[in-house]
Amino acid sequence: MNANTVPACRAADYRSEVKPIWCPGCGDYHVLMAFTRAFVALGVRPEQVAVVSGIGCSSRIPAYTNCYGFHGVHGRALAVATGLKIVRPDLTVVVASGDGDGYSIGGNHFLHACRRNVDLTYVVMDNHIYGMTKGQPSPTTEPDFDTALTPGGTGLRPFHPLVIALASGANFVARAFSGNPAETAAIIVEAIRHPGFSFVEVLSPCVTYRPDQRAWKDRVHRAPVDATDDAARAARRVMTDDGFNLGVLYRGSRPAYAPRHDTAVTDSAELEREFEL
Amino acid sequence: MSSTIDAPRASSLADLYAIAYQIEVDAVERYAMLADQMEMHNNPALVDIFRDLARAEAIHRDEICRMAGDFDVAAHARQTACWRIGESPESANLGAADYRMSPHHALQMALAAEQRALGFFRGLLADARDPDVKRLATELVGEEAGHVALCLRLLQRYPPPGGGRVAEDPDPPASQD
Amino acid sequence: MAAASSISVAFVGSGGAGVLTSGRLLLEAACAAGWHGLFTRCVGPQIRGGEAAALVRVAIDPIECHGDRFDLLVGVDWLNAHRFETEIPLGPGSVVISDPQAGDPPAIVAASGARVIELRLKELTTANPAWRGNMIALGAAVKLLRLDQDELADLIEKRFREKGPAVVAASLAAAHAGIAAVANDELDLELARPRATAARRWLITGNEAVGLGAIRGGIRFAAAYPITPASEVLEWLAPNLTRVGGSLVQAEDELASINMIIGGSYGGAPSLTATSGPGLSLMIEALGLATAAEVPIVIVNVMRGGPSTGIPTKSEQADLNIAVYGVHGDAPHIVVAPQSIPDCLLATQWAVHLAESLQAPAILLSDQFLGQALAAIPRPADVSFIGQRQKATTVVAPYRRYALTADGVSPMAMPGLSGGQYTAESLTHTERGLPSTSASDHHAQLDKRRDKLERFAYGDLWATIEGQGTLAIMVWGSLTGAAREAVAQLASAGHAVRLIAPRLLSPARPQEMAAALDGVQRLLVVEQSHGAQFYRYLRAHYSLPDNTSVLHHPGPLPIRPGEICRELLAGLTR
Ligand SMILES: Cc1ncc(C[n+]2csc(CCOP(=O)(O)OP(=O)(O)O)c2C)c(N)n1
Ligand code: SF4
Ligand SMILES: [Mg+2]
Repeated sequence: MNANTVPACRAADYRSEVKPIWCPGCGDYHVLMAFTRAFVALGVRPEQVAVVSGIGCSSRIPAYTNCYGFHGVHGRALAVATGLKIVRPDLTVVVASGDGDGYSIGGNHFLHACRRNVDLTYVVMDNHIYGMTKGQPSPTTEPDFDTALTPGGTGLRPFHPLVIALASGANFVARAFSGNPAETAAIIVEAIRHPGFSFVEVLSPCVTYRPDQRAWKDRVHRAPVDATDDAARAARRVMTDDGFNLGVLYRGSRPAYAPRHDTAVTDSAELEREFEL
Repeated sequence: MSSTIDAPRASSLADLYAIAYQIEVDAVERYAMLADQMEMHNNPALVDIFRDLARAEAIHRDEICRMAGDFDVAAHARQTACWRIGESPESANLGAADYRMSPHHALQMALAAEQRALGFFRGLLADARDPDVKRLATELVGEEAGHVALCLRLLQRYPPPGGGRVAEDPDPPASQD
Repeated sequence: MAAASSISVAFVGSGGAGVLTSGRLLLEAACAAGWHGLFTRCVGPQIRGGEAAALVRVAIDPIECHGDRFDLLVGVDWLNAHRFETEIPLGPGSVVISDPQAGDPPAIVAASGARVIELRLKELTTANPAWRGNMIALGAAVKLLRLDQDELADLIEKRFREKGPAVVAASLAAAHAGIAAVANDELDLELARPRATAARRWLITGNEAVGLGAIRGGIRFAAAYPITPASEVLEWLAPNLTRVGGSLVQAEDELASINMIIGGSYGGAPSLTATSGPGLSLMIEALGLATAAEVPIVIVNVMRGGPSTGIPTKSEQADLNIAVYGVHGDAPHIVVAPQSIPDCLLATQWAVHLAESLQAPAILLSDQFLGQALAAIPRPADVSFIGQRQKATTVVAPYRRYALTADGVSPMAMPGLSGGQYTAESLTHTERGLPSTSASDHHAQLDKRRDKLERFAYGDLWATIEGQGTLAIMVWGSLTGAAREAVAQLASAGHAVRLIAPRLLSPARPQEMAAALDGVQRLLVVEQSHGAQFYRYLRAHYSLPDNTSVLHHPGPLPIRPGEICRELLAGLTR
């Protein structure tokens, strides 16, 4: 079939028949909606999209889409996606993660994915908690948040993913709120279109372990200023904002990673020459 | 953030059909999602309610298509009926859902959605200049007002559970993965 | 003077003495003249300037191990040379070249009864500051082995051309001085003349052979994190993958490298990583992922001394347990071990073929000895394996990625194929790939993944089985060469001995092994591990003759042919 004869896809075409296990009220449902809407807006066929994830409630998203999916192990989604995108630059590769998956166990890959700048879109559903494993603190949990593992709170300063992304070289940085799926979708569309590594932090409430996050819908607001192309300025802004500033915050212009290929491809039989006595 | 800022405008009859159609499409999607969620979380009474609501909105959606005649409402909706910020007005708020919701809560959710839709169409009606648009907007306002009234009636049949809040779950959440 | 089919030479020195260059040039000189040979190195713990030993064995036939004894030891200096004592065994027939001004040779020289020849290196280099001691030593060794001196001159010229004519001239002069210095000396043995053969030969290391085998097998994507002694696999692959349209990424760690190749393979490119023990340990979780999600990958593990950081520069066969049993859950996967440098090529190519055909991870267990040894080998025959990854080309909806099939292998959809969308799943899943916690799905998929490996026709490559007789040696990996030489020694002493070396370590092949062991009454298991891992593995999977014993010791000590012979025969009388 050629592209002209294939009918355009509707949001439902990007959804699988699998019913999510997410708690009703969970922000991740909205993120799923945002994904499907973004794909509609991009006009990309479901089989041309790969959604790669690790482990966590948020990481369950691939099977709920009708795209190619990869539900791997905890924290390693970016690595899987990097390998995939390098061998298959034709695909749209979206990586889904949570604040535990992406910032704790997978933290190192986050730094290096930003730095490597492979053309991926990284969507982290940040609920400041480990939802899947009964509500332990994540790197973005507030220091005084009481949990069974950390009675009285961790006492630790939360990690600032957006600043870290900027410092590590991400080429596009945005913050979204799941409760605004239309804007989240628009940001994801832009993130996918932007070359290189795009990072979208989505505030996505966990209604089970963080019922307080139901109030996020009243706290979020649009960023008062436009995105900058100056990473230092963007970093200063996000370090001083209230954490609920939404929108595209930074657009960089680094070229995306491209593996080096020799123009003249050699027959593999040629390669043994160097060993001949 | 307000739910309907940056909403599409109905400058022609075609636009209004498209908008009305898209509102119903979104409403069906939300109610179907909620029904699925309740099915997954073993709340059968709410599965029925959300499926009924989805069905009712689907009938309304098809009705709009029929009224529009030959013209391809769906295609036009893709072009024009977009809420760049916020959601279309009749969309139930998924974020407010809870697996232990009672029928009362579900109807409250539906009521809120219908009231938003009613308000939205009233606004369109007030702004309408074209007589055809006015006529259709009036019709849609009447329709939504009927839905609001229906929700209110049903709510009387399903009074709030004790305390008005969702029931407590005596068991702790399960740990997975 | 007795004619020998092989002669072993060691050069030792320290602090930039250049003995590794001498060793390599000696091997090249011998190979250029038609001999075969092997060159390995031992180094001290320093990055630069440390003591080093170059071990060279020159032979008329291809060789796969060092011998029982070194015939010639050349000390450019003796600083810290005692570190290599156990690696350079000497005997009364050995000759040691020593500079009286460089201190006394290590105690074992005197203890061995070796004959010492004096070579006044320091005096010569002081008088001729442009000369290097290692070139003088090389000249002496070339003379004592009666190698062609013109050939040596050509090699020196080639080697130092880039450094300018002055360096070439000085190097040549130094080598000639070495030749002259031992003009009247001889070894106790004379190396037999090389066999006349027209066969093409290669000079290659095991790590390079792994790289070539990978590309021949179809590998087009690699991701890895550097580690000794595996880095040369990557250094060879990096430019060469690019030449065939593939690529290599240096990952941030081994967790990333294995997950990257899983991603690459999921996208359709046969993919590989290379590492050593510490890296393999980090990869284990994702190895289980590749098993569960049925994504073919190849992990080359070049073993070094363990546990933990262990001895990075020296060989040991102690990663067998982690390779076979390391993964949590029941996670069948393929483990293949190369048995020689040429086999590094074949076994890697085979591992790629198995991984791809079976949609499962394959570990190639090489080791530091094989990986870093440089050998002259007859050009290996071209092999092509029929059968590769079974890909879905058309899909009947709904696509069942993990469909239960007769051979356990299910056609894999590549992203882009319309209707083939599925989620590769690490959770227990249904045939569709949807998460499941049901016993029946769990059992069905466990059975599927076990059966596809067990039902596969591995053919003769599963093991090397040579010779007949009621005596047998069971060995694996790099020790196969020493065992084969032991069998040859025993044959010349009138003992017919069978050699059994499984190349496929997992899955086990009980029927084939029973046939291989049929009639064996005395079995010696030989391995280089402290915990006798191979012996325990064999006990777990196979029935062994009553008279079975194990010769095992940890690295870095090599196990030599003579020791194997003695141990096998001792077991006969016990
Ligand atoms: C190696 C490993 N360690 C621990 C776990 C258990 N585990 C599963 S999900 C999770 C945390 C998930 O948190 P997050 O990424 O924030 O996802 P959420 O559930 O909040 O969406 C943990 C610790 C695991 N699956 N694997
Ligand atoms: S536990 Fe929290 S994050 Fe997980 S599904 Fe429930 S609400 Fe969502
Ligand atoms: Mg979380």
